[in-house]
Amino acid sequence: MSLPFPHRHLTGIYGLQPHEILFLLDEAEQWITLNRSTNKHDDRLSGLTLINAFFENSTRTLLSFEIAGKRLGADVVNMQVSASSVKKGETLIDTAMTLNAMHADMIVIRHQSSGAVQLIADKVDCPVLNAGDGRHEHPTQALLDALTIRRRKGRVAGLIVTICGDILHSRVARSNILALTALGAEVRVVAPPTLMPAAIDRLGVIPFTDFDTGLDGTDVVMMLRLQNERMDGAFLPSPREFHALYGLTPERLERAAPDALVMHPGPMNRGVEITSSVADHPTRSAITEQVEMGVAVRMACLDVLTRHRRGIEGWA
Amino acid sequence: MTGSLAIRNAKLVDPIAGTVTEGNILIRDRNIAMVGNFDIPAGIETIDARGAFLAPGLVDLGIFAIDMPAFTAGGITRAALMPDQSPPLDHAALVQRAAQAGKPDVWIHPLAAATKGLAGAELAEIGLMKAGGACAVATGRSWIADSGVMHRLLAYAHSLDLLVIAHAEDGGLAAGAVATEGEIATRMGLPAAPAIAEEMAVARDIMLAKQSGARIHFRQLSTAGAFDLVRDAKRRGLPVSCGISPAHLLLSDLAVGGFRTFARLSPPLRCEDDRKAAIAAIADGTIDLICSSHDPKGPEAKRLPFADAEPGMSGAETLLALSLVLVRDNVIELPRLMALLSTTPARLLGIAGGTLAVGAEADLVLFDPDKPWRIDSDEMASRAGNTPFDGLPVQGKVLRTIKGGILLS
Repeated sequence: MSLPFPHRHLTGIYGLQPHEILFLLDEAEQWITLNRSTNKHDDRLSGLTLINAFFENSTRTLLSFEIAGKRLGADVVNMQVSASSVKKGETLIDTAMTLNAMHADMIVIRHQSSGAVQLIADKVDCPVLNAGDGRHEHPTQALLDALTIRRRKGRVAGLIVTICGDILHSRVARSNILALTALGAEVRVVAPPTLMPAAIDRLGVIPFTDFDTGLDGTDVVMMLRLQNERMDGAFLPSPREFHALYGLTPERLERAAPDALVMHPGPMNRGVEITSSVADHPTRSAITEQVEMGVAVRMACLDVLTRHRRGIEGWA
Repeated sequence: MTGSLAIRNAKLVDPIAGTVTEGNILIRDRNIAMVGNFDIPAGIETIDARGAFLAPGLVDLGIFAIDMPAFTAGGITRAALMPDQSPPLDHAALVQRAAQAGKPDVWIHPLAAATKGLAGAELAEIGLMKAGGACAVATGRSWIADSGVMHRLLAYAHSLDLLVIAHAEDGGLAAGAVATEGEIATRMGLPAAPAIAEEMAVARDIMLAKQSGARIHFRQLSTAGAFDLVRDAKRRGLPVSCGISPAHLLLSDLAVGGFRTFARLSPPLRCEDDRKAAIAAIADGTIDLICSSHDPKGPEAKRLPFADAEPGMSGAETLLALSLVLVRDNVIELPRLMALLSTTPARLLGIAGGTLAVGAEADLVLFDPDKPWRIDSDEMASRAGNTPFDGLPVQGKVLRTIKGGILLS
């Protein structure tokens, strides 16, 4: 019998079959309902230890994983290691081995280097979940985005999704490209040439350097956060120029489909990549809903990945 | 008879004559005394080669660490040591000491640092280091960004008749990069530089070498564009040469998939078209030599996220076996391969070796080109097993390494 999700870890969207992605989205639905009720508690992870090991600063994602773990009854421990004190990987592996020796049942990792999560996953005994590694992948972000789109639009297949911003340095963009193309969406990426990765078309997307053209008739506009350090002249002349060419304004949004959805993984640079009136638009913006879906998707991932350990029938 | 050794029943590979002939060899007082079909005098210690191949010992141009067990296992009898040591080889005393490090076994030929501290700014005492035993000058792991410095270096080295060994990678384009720009690097989210970073560096350095008249050798080239430039420079009669490592002949950037840090190399692995161009450049003689770029690195440098790991591979003991693929694939014949591995690097460096001539020092390798074995990073003679070829079945095994008539293995 084949499992609906036969993977030990979730290190990325890469390697997942479309039906496996859909399985995780389906599993998340029940947690949306639970999270909206008064008693937001389930005991299925009771007795299990979840460690959130964050080697890179994060507030939102860490909080989202912590809430997800607690709502399922797990004992949640957060470990925030500042980038300055742990830089070298031998320490990284040592840290991983330490967590392993403490009998963690699930480790969630964020790290500033691409591939760091895979490195740890190969060394520990428990499931590992990637909460973002360098510019490589951020799979739960892609899952929550797909879930948001599916709930708002009723489907993902056949939609046009335009991802705009710093594609080069973005793990959110990579995971979303993989997930959305796997689910049958047409994905466009828009970036200035200095922030567009080489051969991005090989990932099955259509690249644009002109935002207006890339927005034409699109169903979903997904803006990315622009890191401040990219705007100091090395990649971009100034925040002002970026806003003029690549900022999502109400006028620009007119080019998209009339009911186009606006998304952003947060935290936003209001006035740079997105204008406040667009970000706060009562019907078009799905930005706060993304945050809500994030908790549900992470609950689904924690549940599914620990089923083998918990001896759930059919998974053990 | 003391100090004498004979090897009989061997297939003698002569890279200079371009022949493989059956015969014997007699070594007397560290040197080759007789070669060919002769009767071995009685009472001499004799090795029966049983039909194995005997060739000049390998001369490895550009190693990063002195690693005797690996060299002996790889049939390497002379190795040119890169100046990237700690401290860098930028002083005559350091060069002298390094030159003694290998004797009497594998001889180490230190390469003088081109600039002080290999910083790329001020010329090092190249003349004094030559007197101290440096056989050539090298820019080290990095490119000299300042064209004025590179120009002066070439002119100065030319006046001393020293070969300049350059690393070809434009520093601006390659800054922070750990992979070649393309689909693989994009998928993996690795900082990457376009392959033309190499071509640009080669173009500039060929122009500067022409201007100064200096001999220049690009230690490791890996891109189609760079091979075209070298091919063209040779056609114009310029004293330009280049080398390559087996990794760039046999692997493309697909090998870095799964973030395998053993495949993090400098220059980084390239696309498949560049790899094919490298094979073509071996076939048409554009590439002058094959080197191991031996750089053993332990887990502290390699068991890291890909971009945080140090580049380099342990290559000495797999150099011959991996290079023999070129013969089996009919790219080149065996004598030509042995020229790439011994005669040409010795000639470029102006050192002994690379010949079976009577009177030459008896630096030899006896090998079976067909013997199968499996590369295993846990079972290597080298001080570290960081090879991207871990687990690969190969053919061609070194049976004996002989340096100056002494059996090292």
